Amino acid sequence: MTIWQRSTKNSARCCGKEETYLIIDYVGVKEINGSLVVMDGIKGVSNEEIVDIKLENGTVRQGRVVQIDGERIVVQVFEGTGRISLKNTRTRLTGHPMEMPLSPEIIGRVLDGAGRPVDGLGDIFPVKKANINGTPINPVSRIYPKNYINTGISTIDTLMTLIRGQKLPIFSGSGMSHNNLAVQIVRQAKISGADSTNFGVVFAAMGVQKDVAEYFRKSFEESGVLSRVVMLLNLSNDPIIERTLTPRCALTVAEYLAFELNMHILVIMTDMTSYAEALREFSSSKGEIPGRKGYPGYLYSDLASLYERAGMIKGSTGSVTQIPILTMPNDDITHPIPDLTGYITEGQIVLDRVLQGQGFYPPVSVLPSLSRLMKDGIGKGYTREDHQSLANQLFASYAKVIDARALASVIGEEELSPIDKKYIEFGRLFETRFVNQGFTENRSIEQSLDLGWELLSTLPRSELDRVDDAVLDIYVKDKKEVR
Amino acid sequence: MNNNVIFGINGPVVTVKNADCFEMLEMVHVGEQNLVGEVIGITDKLTTIQVYEETTGLKPGDPVTGTGAPMNVLLGPGIIDNIFDGIERPLKAIEEQSGAFIGRGASVSSLDSDHLWDVTMKVKVGDRLEGGQIYASIPETQIIEHRVMLHPDLSGKVIEVKPDGQYRVFDTVAVIEDDLGQRHDLQLCQRWPIRTARPVKKRLSPTVPLITGQRVMDTLFPIAKGGTAAIPGGFGTGKTMSQHQLAKWCDADIIIYVGCGERGNEMSQVLTEFSELIDPKSNRPLTDRTVLIANTSNMPVAAREASIYTGVTLAEYYRDMGYHVAMMADSTSRWAEALREISGRLEEMPAEEGFPAYLPSRLAEYYERGGRANVLSGGEGSVTLIGAVSPQGSDFSEPVTQNTKRFTRVFWALDKSLAYARHYPAINWINSYSEYFTDLDPWFIENLGEEFVEYRNRISAILQEESSLMEIVKLIGSDVLPDDQKLVIETARVIRVGFLQQNAFHPEDTYVPLEKQKLMMKTILHLHSKSKEVVSREIPISKIISLGLFDKLNKMKYDIPNNRLDLFDDYLAEIDEKLGALLR
Repeated sequence: MTIWQRSTKNSARCCGKEETYLIIDYVGVKEINGSLVVMDGIKGVSNEEIVDIKLENGTVRQGRVVQIDGERIVVQVFEGTGRISLKNTRTRLTGHPMEMPLSPEIIGRVLDGAGRPVDGLGDIFPVKKANINGTPINPVSRIYPKNYINTGISTIDTLMTLIRGQKLPIFSGSGMSHNNLAVQIVRQAKISGADSTNFGVVFAAMGVQKDVAEYFRKSFEESGVLSRVVMLLNLSNDPIIERTLTPRCALTVAEYLAFELNMHILVIMTDMTSYAEALREFSSSKGEIPGRKGYPGYLYSDLASLYERAGMIKGSTGSVTQIPILTMPNDDITHPIPDLTGYITEGQIVLDRVLQGQGFYPPVSVLPSLSRLMKDGIGKGYTREDHQSLANQLFASYAKVIDARALASVIGEEELSPIDKKYIEFGRLFETRFVNQGFTENRSIEQSLDLGWELLSTLPRSELDRVDDAVLDIYVKDKKEVR
Repeated sequence: MNNNVIFGINGPVVTVKNADCFEMLEMVHVGEQNLVGEVIGITDKLTTIQVYEETTGLKPGDPVTGTGAPMNVLLGPGIIDNIFDGIERPLKAIEEQSGAFIGRGASVSSLDSDHLWDVTMKVKVGDRLEGGQIYASIPETQIIEHRVMLHPDLSGKVIEVKPDGQYRVFDTVAVIEDDLGQRHDLQLCQRWPIRTARPVKKRLSPTVPLITGQRVMDTLFPIAKGGTAAIPGGFGTGKTMSQHQLAKWCDADIIIYVGCGERGNEMSQVLTEFSELIDPKSNRPLTDRTVLIANTSNMPVAAREASIYTGVTLAEYYRDMGYHVAMMADSTSRWAEALREISGRLEEMPAEEGFPAYLPSRLAEYYERGGRANVLSGGEGSVTLIGAVSPQGSDFSEPVTQNTKRFTRVFWALDKSLAYARHYPAINWINSYSEYFTDLDPWFIENLGEEFVEYRNRISAILQEESSLMEIVKLIGSDVLPDDQKLVIETARVIRVGFLQQNAFHPEDTYVPLEKQKLMMKTILHLHSKSKEVVSREIPISKIISLGLFDKLNKMKYDIPNNRLDLFDDYLAEIDEKLGALLR
């Protein structure tokens, strides 16, 4: 079919000089496939450009150019292609890639998944506009993150310390208490150098249910940070393709607040699994060759383009710290989404269904959890000089608990050697007292560390082989009953 | 030539219609901003180009110009102590140009063209120069002398030489006349295509070990200078830490560290840490012998594909000067994924897991560029290639790990359960291997004595035996084992905790000289054989354990400083005395 054009002369002021150019409406499309439409005869289009598609009933949908072959282009329609026919659209090129309006006023606002206000407070008057894809941070301009964030949660503070400027995801599963944990972190997170004027939260919801978004909103309100939160909501019934924009918009806001307004920003993105699934849907409708489990081959690069936007840069005192939450399909940590995420992020907090089932909160599975930036942000001058030794020993001893339990499940606990029995007992104490903690309980780092040593002292001293004797002498009390 | 314009765009892949002037693998400039790209496919209608920068905003009709040369890098003084992106653009200069975020189309010279170098000329008028021979030298850093070599494709008679003095990279310092009578100006730098291996005089067999100071690597699974190694492991198993340890402590002259699709914060850590750490051999900061190539995971994917080749070309250039170069690539899986991504955009037929069918041949080409050789400049040099592999889902049967295994000769398999127990380096002693024993054993025997090899074999045997015993223990517990088998388990525990485990953050333990490694093995084995004697007299093993000797050996790595190896004699004497008392 042929497409006819309707042109209007228009003039606009650009960069201070008057320019006259042609605005062309392209009528109709050539092909519709899932969220993609193909158009032909389009001139002067640039890669990744945003187009406005106007339907006959007057509604305008936005789309993004994802592929160009001469005059034939493929456009991804964010709000979906429902009700679009081959003839009923007028498409206009906007001349720029997807941009996000930014201003200090954005703090406290609620936006939809594509960054448009939905709280009825009107448009954001932009101080500047930024491409939502961002640009990579030059590795030489990065400041290596070293300041720890005290979350008040023993397992996290002691064993997988969160560092300002880090990206530390929560690997969870459906039905586990990852949302509570994220809320508790936001509420208790003390960032040194941050106070109420330069601390903020950017919350990006991708494909989560209304109640979950509401739970977060309410929790932010209760902890008094709501006025410092920017919320971007793409709920589970919102258009899927818009979901691929949500984290990018959120991070653009975060980068603006952190690097231009020097704020300390905590970005919570939930749920990354929905995001990756949206990406898969888009990729398969584009006819791309799939990688593992049908996810596109570029899933790693795509996730990296989000996660790598955390950090601190020279010339700014702000920081972007990311806590992405993802639900592992079937609790499988080798699934491509958690797997690739783990390769990009600086550690992970893994939640465990067995602990959850036993009623422990937070159900942090200690052994697979890790913080890569921890080693330089703890110890003397940051937390306490014994922190690293304690963490090493707790990990090592708890690993032996797991071995002892495996053995006990075969030969029965009674048959275990005395030392294995000690480990079983240590494991029980560790889980009920160290891992388990109230939702409102805020433990100081000293409390957590002392508790760790107290539990370790239930083991014979010869088993504490990861610690220098000098450190043991100070912190390990002689055998005493620990309950 | 200038009427070539963009026809189509798909991610980092751009096509040009009806162009006939491009060569395969030619470097091109794309668009108004002169983005760097490379020709990767030519048909009579379409030329396919991969672009090394973000393609957002490119339009059909934008110009594409060829450079007439393949994708190449500039080689000359100023490479060491620098940090480049995947196509050898210095990131510090880019920072000055576009700030903390990397702008596009940055046109900066790879080497600082204003810096004055102290040049000493090594030739005089009338000398005959062959390709690869040295004509000038420059102190590039305090420990690295940069030897300026003739381009391998040139040769001729020197007809003009400038006096010694200060020159810039692009200044002409000599002129030669080749056999055809043509004059060539010689500067302090040369260009070389990244996908072509630089020539050597003669390949040598790898007979000298690369000493890393890491016990499990040096003794159980050694790598030769000029060898190839793979470090596969799931996330969190310590690939990057192992690579960092190697880069810090291995006894190569020059380190090329390629961060290929990895984390930005890791590169900034390397930058800060290496400038603070002092190399024990030269007493200079490690940056004085290090080149960093950082193409982090969010930087353009096509440049990530090129970064490995850029790195190995720099490595070969310094090898040609007669240096031993070690290149760490972290991680080759990201490079393979970049191949897959580009291949997918070209709609090529995928082989395993979406990877292109030419993945094995590309890996082979890359690892073949390692090796020890007599170089054209006269001396001997080597390129050691150590590649991290990040297998999907920690599954070693995936294509990148399997194919890497075929082309590397050392396999340091990192193990998740060891990492969970914080046993670092988490190299699994059962799955790992080294194929260099036969090449390297003569060196070990000559430098450390026959007994080094013997100790190593006995240590391996005990670990193997423990591994099979553990199968039984897992089923019925260790209590039922006879005492001599319990002893094997106890000794293996000392080997694991006291010997294989190494603390990268402990000042004495982060680097351990070979002599101490040998004495540690000796002490452990001495305790083992003495205890065996005791056990054979039917004295219960619990009596030996209660002496505390096993615990003491677990900590000898901390208790015996690297410069007090005489203390080992006390340990041996104590073992004899305490166990002797039991026998009496």
